[in-house]
Amino acid sequence: MNKRMNKPIQLTEVCLRDGSHVVAHQFTEQQVRNVARGLDEAGMHYIEVSHGDGLGGSTLQYGKSLVDEMTLIEAAVDECQNAKVAVLLIPGIGTVNELKQASELGARLVRVATHATEADVSAQHISKARELGMESLGFLMMAHSVSVEKLVEQAKLMESYGAEAVYVTDSAGALLPIEVRERIKALRNSLDIEVGFHAHNNLSVAVANTIAAIEEGATRIDGSVRCLGAGAGNTQTEVLLAVMERMGIDVGIDLYKMMDVAEEIVGPIIPGSQEIRKGSLVLGYAGVYSSFLLHAERAGKRFGIDPRDILVELGKMKVVGGQEDMILDVAAELAKNNKVRV
Amino acid sequence: MTVGKIKAAIIGSGNIGTDLMYKLERSDVIELTAMIGIDADSDGLKRAKQKGYTVFTNGIEGIIENPHIAEIVFDATSAKAHVRHAKVLKELGILTIDLTPAARGPFFCPAVSSNQSSGELDNVNMITCGGQATIPIVHAVNQVADVSYGEIVATISSLSAGPGTRANIDEFTITTRRGIEEVGGADRGKALIILNPADPPILMRDTVYCEVKNMDESAIRKSITEMVEKVKEYVPGYRLRQDPMFDGNRVTVFIEVEGAGDYFPAYAGNLDIMTAAAMRVGEDFARSMLKEKAAESLI
Repeated sequence: MNKRMNKPIQLTEVCLRDGSHVVAHQFTEQQVRNVARGLDEAGMHYIEVSHGDGLGGSTLQYGKSLVDEMTLIEAAVDECQNAKVAVLLIPGIGTVNELKQASELGARLVRVATHATEADVSAQHISKARELGMESLGFLMMAHSVSVEKLVEQAKLMESYGAEAVYVTDSAGALLPIEVRERIKALRNSLDIEVGFHAHNNLSVAVANTIAAIEEGATRIDGSVRCLGAGAGNTQTEVLLAVMERMGIDVGIDLYKMMDVAEEIVGPIIPGSQEIRKGSLVLGYAGVYSSFLLHAERAGKRFGIDPRDILVELGKMKVVGGQEDMILDVAAELAKNNKVRV
Repeated sequence: MTVGKIKAAIIGSGNIGTDLMYKLERSDVIELTAMIGIDADSDGLKRAKQKGYTVFTNGIEGIIENPHIAEIVFDATSAKAHVRHAKVLKELGILTIDLTPAARGPFFCPAVSSNQSSGELDNVNMITCGGQATIPIVHAVNQVADVSYGEIVATISSLSAGPGTRANIDEFTITTRRGIEEVGGADRGKALIILNPADPPILMRDTVYCEVKNMDESAIRKSITEMVEKVKEYVPGYRLRQDPMFDGNRVTVFIEVEGAGDYFPAYAGNLDIMTAAAMRVGEDFARSMLKEKAAESLI
């Protein structure tokens, strides 16, 4: 293949960030400590800790955190012997001020996330992270919604700002394996930096997509234990590890220990079930940002509307990540129209 | 021609500066004399030339060499550039209306602040587009219900966000947050900005969340309705998308801003509200300057 094939695969466990959506941002410090310790002992490479919408995400728009994310980051850093604590930052929500604070508390890596067409808002944050001595990666969200060419163009921008890797981020869990392949391959051919992949399991293809990404040379891989992530969760980390072992890929993480973390520590935190139900299935089907699920269910209840109708409408409107306020707006609009019909 | 008008110039020939040029053309108290940029090929400077305005392509130097060309300068460059411009213009004794998020001078939002103390000021700041769209609402709620926390979400079409905004998005969130607190009156503020690339482009949308100490639904509704009318005076396309929603101590307000379509199409309500607000503030200053001049000529 080519020279960049040699980089080892590095896993980032996102349940303490993406999973924040599932618990409506109510993680306790003790939960974070227990999960971080378990993951660290199993040999996880990176553990992402932040509000679900990244640093500074504790808002009325997305849901207030029970415990300040900086407290949680500090706690996770405290528990980790080898694993590095990572954070997510979405420009427009978080600023370099929060990034600096997280760095001072011991966060070693940041993923700077933008919508797949808006990479140029990340320059300030990617370069600041480098200045702070952090690993600085780009995260192109809703990667299903743009052409392969557009994605390459935007990834190159992030590379030019100093990103050390760029992720294809399937925020809606809408990509199919063939589409993942095309995207990872194109990025690998156009960039000199590593390529990463972040999945959501809304169409039950997260593991298959991740394997496709790895086969095409992606080396930064995300997963969430027990699928503790928005929507139907991400690539289930312990399942992915088992599949990778069967494929002969050893990343140095203890499979049995990860299974135990999944069963004994993470399982009890999950409020409902992460199996694919109609709400999460519609996310993948309609191409909607996964963290909208709980908000749409709440708005559906409030206005007496099927949450699927809200999500499909949002998909049609090409709403992007972060636009949670549109959910109430659309629900109110649908309710008005329903009344008119009656 | 200049009788009864105050001379003004625009520095910065990007989206905001060019849109402002079209608006100032209609002013009956401001006479736009010059458009200043650094790129002779920019669309804004080309249009200014066509319209017969004096065009400088050497940036602030243009004003240093011709200080009498304006009594008011609108700065539509970038926060970084403004820091230097502010110093130069102050030394020249020119009143500066700053449309960048540099936040050197006091914040101005026409629907909220009145320009009583204008005589003292040499530099005023227009906060941000998201601030101009939402701070009036925070203020309206605060007047009747005392806002402990105000949070705003500004969603704009990707096409309407210029390179300056994109390179310095943190300045948007930080300056808007300050505006929510200092002008809106919230004890604590927070601002989010989202760029949406949908095609056809979306109108600017703003959502305002307020947590209040003294919930009074009918007083809040009335105050918001009155404030919307006040903003409409200078931004005709400013409107509520839904009735305000109430939930415990929280009120949520959905706004949409349709632009006047001067330079940019109607979807760019974010540019329109900024330039319309700046023009309004500039005209208020121009009127008091004219009054002073009239008084002086009587003596």
